[in-house]
Amino acid sequence: MLIDLKKITKDYHVGTQTVHALREINLGIDSGEYVAIMGPSGSGKSTLMNILGCLDTATEGIYNLNKSNVSELNDDQLAEIRNREIGFVFQTFNLLPRATALHNVELPLIYKGVSAADRKKRAEAALDKVGLSDRMTHRPNELSGGQRQRVAIARALVNDPSIILADEPTGNLDTRTGDEIMEMFEALHDEGNTIIMVTHEEYIAEHSDRIIRLRDGLIERDEAA
Amino acid sequence: MRSWIEIVEGVKIALGAIRTNKLRSFLTLLGIIMGVSTVIGISSLTQGLDKTVGEELSTLGSDILYVAKFPWTERIDFEEYRNRKDITMREVEALKERATLAVGVSPSVDATRTVKYRNKSLENVSISGTDEVKTGNVYPVLGRDLTAADCEHRRSVCVIGWDVAENLFEDKDPIGQRIKISGHTFRVIGVLEKQGDLFGMNQDQSLKIPIGVFFKLFGHRRSITIQIKVADPLVLEEAKDEIRGILRQVRKVKPGEPDNFGINQMDMIMNLYRSLTGGLYAAAIGVGAISLLVGGIGIMNIMLVSVTERTKEIGIRKAIGAKRRNLLWQFLIEAVTISVVGGIIGVIIGFGLGKLVAAISPLPATVTLWSVLLGLGFSSSVGIFFGIYPASKAAKLDPIQALHYE
Repeated sequence: MLIDLKKITKDYHVGTQTVHALREINLGIDSGEYVAIMGPSGSGKSTLMNILGCLDTATEGIYNLNKSNVSELNDDQLAEIRNREIGFVFQTFNLLPRATALHNVELPLIYKGVSAADRKKRAEAALDKVGLSDRMTHRPNELSGGQRQRVAIARALVNDPSIILADEPTGNLDTRTGDEIMEMFEALHDEGNTIIMVTHEEYIAEHSDRIIRLRDGLIERDEAA
Repeated sequence: MRSWIEIVEGVKIALGAIRTNKLRSFLTLLGIIMGVSTVIGISSLTQGLDKTVGEELSTLGSDILYVAKFPWTERIDFEEYRNRKDITMREVEALKERATLAVGVSPSVDATRTVKYRNKSLENVSISGTDEVKTGNVYPVLGRDLTAADCEHRRSVCVIGWDVAENLFEDKDPIGQRIKISGHTFRVIGVLEKQGDLFGMNQDQSLKIPIGVFFKLFGHRRSITIQIKVADPLVLEEAKDEIRGILRQVRKVKPGEPDNFGINQMDMIMNLYRSLTGGLYAAAIGVGAISLLVGGIGIMNIMLVSVTERTKEIGIRKAIGAKRRNLLWQFLIEAVTISVVGGIIGVIIGFGLGKLVAAISPLPATVTLWSVLLGLGFSSSVGIFFGIYPASKAAKLDPIQALHYE
């Protein structure tokens, strides 16, 4: 199993109150799966995504990623896991505004310590894969929304991660461009990539093989799409 | 390898940030620029001054002693100053007779007067009464120097300095012309070579006359300075002892009492001069340090703004794998880059200021490598010192909160 969550609990303290964002969640995801996580706001899906993406750690429970326990790692160790295992695709693209597409894609490799020549080669290959080989020197503000999201996907792919974690990847795109992006995810899935996608759109979730529905910090349903 | 990649990336990011915020970066740089340029400017001037003064003083000769009423560099209280006996021709004669280590003993007295030639006049000419014995190394370029006969017979002749010749005679040959000093007529017998300035004093606006004539004209009641050329600089100390012995005897100083005269040499002036420029130097470093401090605070301020502005960027970088160390480096390098750019501009401006002052004033300028390194070293340490807090703030940001910062 690629992802194995055991009794994951996440509590937030707001003033004197404690909010239970996740309550003893058990979840397993295999390598090569295409999973959608759904749920209304406040259901805990963002919290779950942060934990799956190693941006945050659980209050209680065990998270095994690629057979190693990541529940008790410190900031820098988590950064290394994110760099190696996870490719993020965000709703708002989250590209560096002043950097070119190529540089944005190179970024994870910089933190991995890859040499400049190697970095460039790999980033170019990733941009080529998302069909942007003619836009490498453009900055984000010179690109359309769809193109920006494709740069973000290239950035997510460049380090060859175990999981691609997409948070509402079509939320800021029009329907047609959104469909293009979804096709791209499907193609990536067909190549054997593991994709976890957070969304609240049913028709987006339909693209996946498995839909996990959260409510009030619990898994309400977990079924094939 | 890995940290080298980080540093190169850090510098690139920093230069990009500076380019993006040109005005802001420039204003931040101003304090650093001022601090470094002050230090470089003043140091280039004092270094230049040191060099030329050293050269000029060495032309005056290290083998010459100056006997005067007072040591040049000692402080003497007023009572003592008033009551001390003048140096007179008696001392000169005694030294001429008995100082075996001296090859030349030459008295000189000075006064400042206006010199007239026909309808032209030149004010503030330094008139010195002296004799035929040469102790310095300034020679006439036209005519001849004073001779023993001139002095013995108290002839009204003079050897004039370069500027006196230029001002009063222009293109005319001054030799044989008659000039007036305090109503007394002198015949010009020679023109001295150009000597230039010393401590801002024009040495060429001067003339010399036989000392006997000087006394007759301006009176005896003034103290003589005696220049003594020593046979060999190696016996300078022995010569001093000998001179001291002779003078104490002539001036009737009782055993155990301190000297009532001074035996001076140019080194003393050099030391005095060094202590003066040293003070100037210290003051410049003080001003520079304050500017650098202010500049450093400016850098800290701007880096804090920069960290806040780029919270989202920090979040993105952390999400894709940047560790605390990476962000610490990034912002620290940015701060250091800003301050070093300021340092470089400061060095250039300081150098320019030095050159400018050198061009419009008689002061020379020299830039030394160590002052440049000092300027750059200081500015980069300011960058590190004031950059570390904002950088650690950036490094400690929580990735989730940073990502959602708008």
